[in-house]
Amino acid sequence: MTPEPDTRRGLTRRRLLLGGAVAGLGAAATVGADALIRSGAERGAGPAGDAAPAAALGTATVPFHGRHQAGIATTPQAHAAFVALELAPQTDRDGIRRLLSVLSDDAARLTQGRPALADSEPELAEVPARLTVTFGFGPELVRRVAPAAAPAWLRPLPAFGIDRLEPAWSGGDLLLQIAADDPFTVAHALRMLLKDARSAAGVRWVQSGFRRAAGSVPAGTTMRNLFGQVDGTVNPQPGDADFDELVWVGADGGWLQHGSGFVLRRIRMDLDRWDRLDRGGREQSVGRHLGNGAPLTGTEEHDEPDFEAKTAIGFPVIPEFSHLRRARSDDPRERIHRRAYNYDAAPAGGAISDSGLLFASFQADVDRQFVPLQRRLDELDLLNEWTTPIGSAVFAIPPGCEEGGFIGETLFDASA
Amino acid sequence: MNTAPTTTARTRRTAGLALAAATALLLSACAGAAAPTPSTEPTATEASQLTVTDAWVKAGDEAMSAAFGELENTGPEPITIVSAETGLAGRVELHETVENETGEMVMREKDGGFVIPAGGSLSLAPGGTHLMLMELGGPILAGEEYVFTLGFADGSSSTFTAPAKDYAGANENYEGGDMDGMDMGDAGHGSGH
Repeated sequence: MTPEPDTRRGLTRRRLLLGGAVAGLGAAATVGADALIRSGAERGAGPAGDAAPAAALGTATVPFHGRHQAGIATTPQAHAAFVALELAPQTDRDGIRRLLSVLSDDAARLTQGRPALADSEPELAEVPARLTVTFGFGPELVRRVAPAAAPAWLRPLPAFGIDRLEPAWSGGDLLLQIAADDPFTVAHALRMLLKDARSAAGVRWVQSGFRRAAGSVPAGTTMRNLFGQVDGTVNPQPGDADFDELVWVGADGGWLQHGSGFVLRRIRMDLDRWDRLDRGGREQSVGRHLGNGAPLTGTEEHDEPDFEAKTAIGFPVIPEFSHLRRARSDDPRERIHRRAYNYDAAPAGGAISDSGLLFASFQADVDRQFVPLQRRLDELDLLNEWTTPIGSAVFAIPPGCEEGGFIGETLFDASA
Repeated sequence: MNTAPTTTARTRRTAGLALAAATALLLSACAGAAAPTPSTEPTATEASQLTVTDAWVKAGDEAMSAAFGELENTGPEPITIVSAETGLAGRVELHETVENETGEMVMREKDGGFVIPAGGSLSLAPGGTHLMLMELGGPILAGEEYVFTLGFADGSSSTFTAPAKDYAGANENYEGGDMDGMDMGDAGHGSGH
């Protein structure tokens, strides 16, 4: 028998320990170190709204009008705020139409680097920095406008064993995803939109997230999460053959055609417990090398994992309980487009961290694509040891609008 | 409480508005900022020379409100706006905001209407020149669009559409200040400096 290097023996021993631990696990989550696997993953940056050279970062814009809303196929900006509004009791169908008209107009202007109408800080609108504003409708908003028009999947996700959901981070009637490469730009857009919503809706939650600053890493670099993992290597990208089918609602979707489905999960990551795990154990839990995100059976980030590969003593090199293995489906339709952000909130109650992932994903059909994936991770995923979903929300993403229109107009047409 | 703004402060504000106006004019109008529809008069009318962009009206359920926007005279002659109407209000006045003898900023009807020189523009903005809406028939709903008609010295007229927006400012004091309901708020716009 060929002698194994020390590190290898250490890994094997550790894996046995971890394997024992995982058998007794009931609870945990789905941090997407690699939520979905697809074959032949090889890609650069997405074609839409690529990050510009540093000098042009501030002036870069992403079109607001179009068939689809921006902020979905757009290469993720460095900063994002996800906001859920709760409609006031008196905000009826007409009130919602007025609200969406105002907010659409604000977004159309601000994303192009122009002040909103009645913008009392117009100078703050001068740096669009690839700002996008993406609207999503919760079940209650659709019910008030056109009750029969709600897709079957527009409801809270089924309860998962790993969930420890807090109402403060869950639900909502109207989603605003505000994203830009400059956090100041996000702040002004958020302020403007909330000012214009306040007579019709209140704030339920705001969740802010970040990636690497714009221009600080080469375009197309896969993000890392606060566990240090390369997070999102395998992710359907605009330009991929099946991206449209996976993300956009088809002709049978009625008013939602060219729209999408959106899930936001706030996943707390226990950095303090994670600290107790050494590098080998961390790599085992996800099935990838920390250095470059390569699968444990490969050398490059985008290498296809070999789930058949065995260690010298017969264990799979990529453990059965690893996130990479559990996130993979044999059904290529069970994939989602992730657009996640990290969060790092102020710790409370003597803790020194309150951090995690804003797991945001777009998919044409939440029930068919997201739920099966989440079920597999709920049943078994070693990462569940260190991660806990504490927020969950589902929204229908309407199609885009043309100039002069507003986001959501097709929903009003649907019930006219 | 009102304190008189310094000349410097006023100048800075004016410059900011002008910049915003210039930015708006460079880019095409968007949803809600309807272009004016000149009446069907010969092209030489004053109405035909006016372009209105970025118009909006302050939402609310007060007795009064105000409308704003960027007015541009695209023609070779000066034009004079002498009146304004909207179904929203029983009366619309053309107002300017000026400093009175006690240093307070107050608004009052503009003598002779709004004159816009050839190729020039006029910014109607909170704290400055604006259309004053009085005798409102009901609440002005944010997000709703309202039609306004401007009348010119030569008898021509043009219409534009303005969406209503929630706006916490535009609380100007009315000259005299002794008319019930005329004080739109307790914060004169000069109180920031």
